[in-house]
Amino acid sequence: MNTTELVRKSHEIRMALLRMIHRGKAGHTGGALSCTDILTVLYYRVLRVRPKEPGWMERDRFLLSKGHCVEGLYCILADLGFFNRAELDSFGAFGSKFIGHPTNKTPGIEMNSGALGHGLSVGVGMALSAKRDGNPARVFVVMGDGELAEGSVWEAAMAGANYNLDNLYAVIDRNGLQISGSTEQVMALESLEDKWAAFGWEVFRCDGNDIAALCDAFDRMQSSKEKPKVLIANTIKGKGVSFMENVAAWHHGVPDDNQLAQALAELESQREAFACA
Amino acid sequence: MRITASVGDCRVAFTQTLLELAREDASIYALASDSRGSVTLGNFTKELPGQFVEIGIAEQNEIGVAAGLAAMGKKPFVCAPASFLSARSLEQIKVDVAYSRQNVKIVGVSGGISYGALGYTHHSTHDLAVMRAIAGIEVYLPCDAAQTRAMTRSLASRAGGAYVRMGRGMVPDIYQKEAPFEPGKSNLLRNGGDLTIIAAGEMVYHAMEAAKRLGEDNISACVLDMHTIKPLDEAAILKAAARTGRLVTMEEHSRYGGLGGAAAEVICGAQPVPLLILALPDEDIIPGKSAEVFAYYGLDGAGASQRIAAWMNQ
Repeated sequence: MNTTELVRKSHEIRMALLRMIHRGKAGHTGGALSCTDILTVLYYRVLRVRPKEPGWMERDRFLLSKGHCVEGLYCILADLGFFNRAELDSFGAFGSKFIGHPTNKTPGIEMNSGALGHGLSVGVGMALSAKRDGNPARVFVVMGDGELAEGSVWEAAMAGANYNLDNLYAVIDRNGLQISGSTEQVMALESLEDKWAAFGWEVFRCDGNDIAALCDAFDRMQSSKEKPKVLIANTIKGKGVSFMENVAAWHHGVPDDNQLAQALAELESQREAFACA
Repeated sequence: MRITASVGDCRVAFTQTLLELAREDASIYALASDSRGSVTLGNFTKELPGQFVEIGIAEQNEIGVAAGLAAMGKKPFVCAPASFLSARSLEQIKVDVAYSRQNVKIVGVSGGISYGALGYTHHSTHDLAVMRAIAGIEVYLPCDAAQTRAMTRSLASRAGGAYVRMGRGMVPDIYQKEAPFEPGKSNLLRNGGDLTIIAAGEMVYHAMEAAKRLGEDNISACVLDMHTIKPLDEAAILKAAARTGRLVTMEEHSRYGGLGGAAAEVICGAQPVPLLILALPDEDIIPGKSAEVFAYYGLDGAGASQRIAAWMNQ
């Protein structure tokens, strides 16, 4: 997909996930919106996956370590044809396999997540296995910024560098907010570049809500060899909906009927404005 | 079955068997957390470095990495002290192994109180309780080297998550060279009509010793080797309860939530009989070698037989 198509797709995904959260009356709205552009660029441009052959051994592995932002992932996997889109209507319903965190009962999802600080370790294991087997599969792990307070992330970071896993890509959805407020007030993270560099990773940074910037960053990451790579993607929590942007309360806020209508209208007008530009 | 006088090391039996299996199956991996020495993985690391992963002192990462390897088709055996694996990395075991249904075998060595005077930090007297409460984890305790060999072969051939706890150092052989081992199927080691002692791991030897002593007092005890704590051989427990009318459990574990608790859960609704739980108390365990600690708490043959006899005569 080219940049224009990706932008259009990211608007579609935002609208779809908001409808799903509204229908299911639950969800992590703010974070799902902040990482929509990252997931869109990954799935429609970067990842080598086969929706009709989810068990293909050489597929790239994707891990959503910030599992609470699964809504956008569900919408993308359905859109790509991993499963029937109508199945998502059961999101949040009794007995549904589409619950508030990823599980590998869903085609296209590799591992169950939801508890934070797990994904990078699993990614290290996958990347190490691929490397030792000569499997060209690459591993992409999306983490939240609040998640980086988990010590296990840094255990995995050390191991990724120790084993020189140049097929391992971490992406940090750096929206700056967690449930209790600003990440810097809750548990200061900066300077994140210095931390990752000190752990032996090649560090990239970009505007994580700018599709062109994300494309460029992933291109640069993929052409770089020898080290594990991390992209610190600066994002806005609640991106795309004016009254949700940068409001910690929307971490797991659910829009009511009026709020959904307003949010969809805003996203629709953004999409039209982009199309005219 | 006859108890032989020889001894063996479960850790060595495990790592030798794992190496034999890994020579034939390149998907078998061993992971260590700076624990290759204490697990006795030295030969494995030298001979099959491509199937070994050193994680450093980071047990959470060790389990997560193992789950990632398993998701790629590997058969990882995570090898580290039971105390750390069963506490530090418990959430990774729950989420990355059990909940994600990954084929990871978690081998806790130096388990129970076998680290002795190193203190409570190094004891795992809670591990059976926590592991058996996690859906998707099987729980095993080998009692000697021969059983460890058979168990290791069985684990390598079975998919899914499992926790194995073994001690450190030499333990008396219970079995001959080949031990019968079927997951979830206990072994009847000794027949008797007055009570059944159900034991697991190193306690099997002490249960046999206790039964022998009870026999001298004309109390005839069955002994069941309950090497699989989960899935538990409920049929054998119910049969023993019905047949002998009294049960005793012996375990190197807290008296809460381990083998005794598991047996109680089985019999209380279906075949209620008096049950004596011989286990470790709910307190810091006194420092000492295993034999000293077991003797102190009445968990060796002499102590257990006295407690059982007193209970029988109440």
